[in-house]
Amino acid sequence: MAVTLLGAAIVVFVVIRVVPGNPIVMMLPPNATQVDIDRLSALYGLDKSIFEQFVIWLGGVLKGDFGTSISLRQPVLDLALGRLPATLELSLMALLFAVLIGGVLALTGTRRRQTRTEGAIDIVNGISLSVPDFLWGLLLILLFGVLWPVFHISGRVTPSLDLNFSTNFLLIESLLRLRLDVTGDLLAHMFMPALALSIPLAAVLSQLLKQSLKETLHLDYVTLSRTKGYSENHVILKEALRNAILPTLTLIGVQFTFLIGGTVIIERLFSYEGLGNMAIDAVINRDLPLIQGIVILFALIFTIVNLAVDMTYALLNPRLRHA
Amino acid sequence: MTKSYLSIRDLNASIHRGPPLLRGVSLDVAQGEVRCLVGESGAGKSMIGKAVLGILPRAVVVTGGEIWLDGENLLAMPPAKRRKTIGAKAAMIPQDPLTALNPSHRVGPQITDRLVDILGWTRADADARAVELLGEVHIPEAERVLKMYPHELSGGMRQRILIASAFAAEPKLIIADEPTTALDVTVQKQILRLIAEMQRRHGTALLFVTHDLGVVSKVGNHLTVLFAGKVVEDASMREFFASPVHPYSRSLLAATPKYTDPTGSLNPVPQAVIDETMAEVAAYDREHGHG
Amino acid sequence: MLDGRSQVKRRIGARLWLSGGWLALLVLLAIFAPFLAPKDPLAQDLFTSRLPPFWEKGAEAGYWLGSDSLGRDVLSRIIYGSRVALSVALVAGLLTCLIGSALGLIAGYFRGWADLLISRLIDIWMAFPPVLFSILLIAVLGTGLESIIIAIVVIDWTRFARVVRAEAMTQGAMDYVDSARVAGSTRLRTMLTEILPNVLPTIGALLTLEMGIAVIVEAILSFVNLSLSTDYPTWGGMIAEGRISVHQAWWVLVFPLVALFLTVLSFSQLGEGLKDRFDPVLR
Repeated sequence: MAVTLLGAAIVVFVVIRVVPGNPIVMMLPPNATQVDIDRLSALYGLDKSIFEQFVIWLGGVLKGDFGTSISLRQPVLDLALGRLPATLELSLMALLFAVLIGGVLALTGTRRRQTRTEGAIDIVNGISLSVPDFLWGLLLILLFGVLWPVFHISGRVTPSLDLNFSTNFLLIESLLRLRLDVTGDLLAHMFMPALALSIPLAAVLSQLLKQSLKETLHLDYVTLSRTKGYSENHVILKEALRNAILPTLTLIGVQFTFLIGGTVIIERLFSYEGLGNMAIDAVINRDLPLIQGIVILFALIFTIVNLAVDMTYALLNPRLRHA
Repeated sequence: MTKSYLSIRDLNASIHRGPPLLRGVSLDVAQGEVRCLVGESGAGKSMIGKAVLGILPRAVVVTGGEIWLDGENLLAMPPAKRRKTIGAKAAMIPQDPLTALNPSHRVGPQITDRLVDILGWTRADADARAVELLGEVHIPEAERVLKMYPHELSGGMRQRILIASAFAAEPKLIIADEPTTALDVTVQKQILRLIAEMQRRHGTALLFVTHDLGVVSKVGNHLTVLFAGKVVEDASMREFFASPVHPYSRSLLAATPKYTDPTGSLNPVPQAVIDETMAEVAAYDREHGHG
Repeated sequence: MLDGRSQVKRRIGARLWLSGGWLALLVLLAIFAPFLAPKDPLAQDLFTSRLPPFWEKGAEAGYWLGSDSLGRDVLSRIIYGSRVALSVALVAGLLTCLIGSALGLIAGYFRGWADLLISRLIDIWMAFPPVLFSILLIAVLGTGLESIIIAIVVIDWTRFARVVRAEAMTQGAMDYVDSARVAGSTRLRTMLTEILPNVLPTIGALLTLEMGIAVIVEAILSFVNLSLSTDYPTWGGMIAEGRISVHQAWWVLVFPLVALFLTVLSFSQLGEGLKDRFDPVLR
């Protein structure tokens, strides 16, 4: 895991230093002298060799210092952590949607297996799987932003709202402080980007879980349960589901990292003030420290997600728990 | 019919739009009696048990006949009522203890679930009953075992749990589907003895499905022999082992290796007998519009 | 049971026809664009700006699907845009497939340090959000068609490598491979002549999927203004413009979106349909 993170850091570090365009030059007014440019370059440590820069940067990271953003003039860590809650809330909401939608579709498809309902669900899944979140986002903008303007298609929160929160976990804080007007506003803004992000994952989940459920329903312990007088619904929910979920879990983990990756473009699409949106600006502005910091942060999140999935799997599978 | 707890009348079943599986099967199991259902693999014995318990595979349909349980025709009931009736009055001892228990649930709830959810017992009563049952099936440290997961128990232990679960609601009918086939030989005898013991103690009607005549001689009062989904013989245990009527049954008996004659050669059922019996089956099919 | 099989076959047929049909239409549009497009896609005319499609009030003849804020004909731009989409799909798709599959084969069959290295690379690659990575690469490589193609290959080779590696490992463990080796085939020969053919169906399905992805990546890059360096119409660019004026001129967003949607859908359904068609089990 550490090797992967280190590798990622190296790759980014090298790649962005091949970037044409000098960020320092971009920052200064056109009549800046070479002396000014050199001075600023030295300030940002860009006058040293790549190797030296990497070592300095790595040393800083291990102490919690990710450098200073060239375009925004603030510490990278503060900037990134400032935007992180927005992206996390969006991703987790998307995950929730995906689980709900995918779960309902899978259960319905199983309950009504080999009927037209299941056929329709299969078709919907097939289409949802082939189309990436970017397109769903655009579609949603058209539907709910233009045709039936129910939700907001831009931003995270209405600027005129009076917010005096201590963290940037706006959604969670608004719930804790019972500022439900803020919660409503946030949800109205988050609904569409989260939905767009969730659709591909929901489709994968639905397909996999349905398949898994149908296979589980053939097992002996399920048949035995039927003889005890339990209804089809009970059998699916209480006997089969717990066991059918396990193979689905590991795939969800990987797919969730894809979802998080998708926030980059979805945030842009919906002008949502999250980490991904800032990242795109960072690239456009050639803001090297900021790019690095954000990429490493994403890599870290991905690693944590994978760990969490492994732990959840171990928790749900009694055989592993006692091993 | 008034004496029989289970009465199957002329049961016909086939694969959906395919060949027939059960051909006019009729058999009775009286209260407190043990009937063995014997036949080769594929003869349809499991199908009969599944038809009674309402767990036939989706591809198999009942095309005719009646199944009377305690005076009610199961096949004429609406599905929900049928489910509840079977759940309350019947139970199954399955074949493979390694797959018949839900790996994600502890074994305790798998014994008490029917009592609480379907029959409305209190949790306390159900748990007490579970401890009692574990005593009956000779599992020590009942409290501890009930909290375990299936994978923590041996095959023999799991089969005992399944037997306990089957007798939990005091069903009047139990269908045992080859309950010893998947077990080690050493454990088979114990389990067989246990089932016989429980049946005697609870006075349950038992339909015991098996392909092993050796097992039959130890447990049964009555015997039904099945060939290709058709009943070829129906006799009491004594009558059968004294002198079976049907040529197929006779060959079956002759084919069983005898403990008293270990060096005797094996006598498989002769082809002639098989052909003869197949002809009977074909005749039945023609009569009933399948041929 | 027999019914199920024929039902699936029927569904495969429709799927292949529809997706193949759309893609064939696109190819025609791309090749014969100069003849099929009603107007010059780059011609700006402020007098014809934001005209609605032909069935709406205020439409003008000749601008079938309306025009954008600069007066350019939407239909013509879509037709010309198919050229970009298809060329990216084909070239990027094939290159990614070749490189990714080659690496996957090597890793999966030869194992050893090659596998170690390639697997580690795949892990590192998977730690990056793909969109961010692609934007970053374009910043490095500069805009332009070649850059886009290189960016797609560099980012997405892992998709093929992972799957092909797994397949190669499974196949490599099978008996027929041992037979070939015993018969004297070198490791390289064995890999190419024994394993590769069995991995091809999987690669084929992934290839069409990759083509669809390539189209999307180009569209996303166009959307953030990092695609082509010229004015040449791209569906993503049209979508970006359309997004801004979505309340005033919805058609500028809708039509290229539909084209994109159908194209991506067709690519993946084509892959699925072909995979099912050549699946020995269903045959």
